[in-house]
Amino acid sequence: MLIIRCPICGDRPELEFRYGGEAHVARPAATEALDDQQVADRLYMRSNPKGLTVERWRHVHGCGRFFNAVRDTVSDFFVTTYKAGEPRPDLDALKKEAVR
Amino acid sequence: MADVALKEPALRRSVFEGLPLASRAAAACALEPLPPATRLSVRGRPGVAEAAAGALGFPLPTDVCRAAEAGGRAALWLGPDEWLVIAPEAEAATLPAALETALAGVPHAVVDISHRNVALAVSGPAAAYVLNHGCPLDLSLSAFPVGMATRTILGKVEVVLWRTGPDSFRLECWRTFAEWVVAFLNEARREFD
Repeated sequence: MLIIRCPICGDRPELEFRYGGEAHVARPAATEALDDQQVADRLYMRSNPKGLTVERWRHVHGCGRFFNAVRDTVSDFFVTTYKAGEPRPDLDALKKEAVR
Repeated sequence: MADVALKEPALRRSVFEGLPLASRAAAACALEPLPPATRLSVRGRPGVAEAAAGALGFPLPTDVCRAAEAGGRAALWLGPDEWLVIAPEAEAATLPAALETALAGVPHAVVDISHRNVALAVSGPAAAYVLNHGCPLDLSLSAFPVGMATRTILGKVEVVLWRTGPDSFRLECWRTFAEWVVAFLNEARREFD
């Protein structure tokens, strides 16, 4: 079982968590000015990278809080987690760290 | 229409009544229903923790996953803005009002959930081992010390687990899941039968 570090509760088993989709998908300022394609892209198109990805997770059977996690989609390894609202970490720096 | 009058007041039945709680495995892990209690879900920003002391007699715990207890009342940290307050049943009418008074002026929510949960005492030298059949947390004393309380899962059920002693836990589950929880724990402790 994966151990995921909740930024609030600490290391907890993965069964307590729920996936919450890609993180840092910002709502555009003037949604009324967007055309259908742009709205569809924002709603449905995700980056789906091979490698490090930034995701939202929720500690649903614990403190109930959403947080963000950097996960490697190849190895399923959680590189780091951080509280919601904190800035997106530098993925290139994390990659180098992971290699070391 | 027939005049139907209740000759006796409706009898109160515990949800645990009739469930097989007694077992020869009790020496290793005993299951005991705990009496009905007043349960309140208290939510609010950090200022709530200190302000609640006016009604509870002690501030709500702000340490992660810890319970505070005094004078028959307990407050369990469930999240950074969420607590479960457990008090004697006799305080069902007075405690929410007292909390509302104490928390006036601080944004908060106090919701009575007394009848949503039921509590089971799980105790004995194998209590942690039996709980670990469905709870993936590390329940060793170093990782889950006495006084630690958290929401977690047991099998497919969400529960609140509070370690009240080295070998004893208070397990709070939703009323409708009580039968399932007892069946699950009975299955788990069958090897000690």
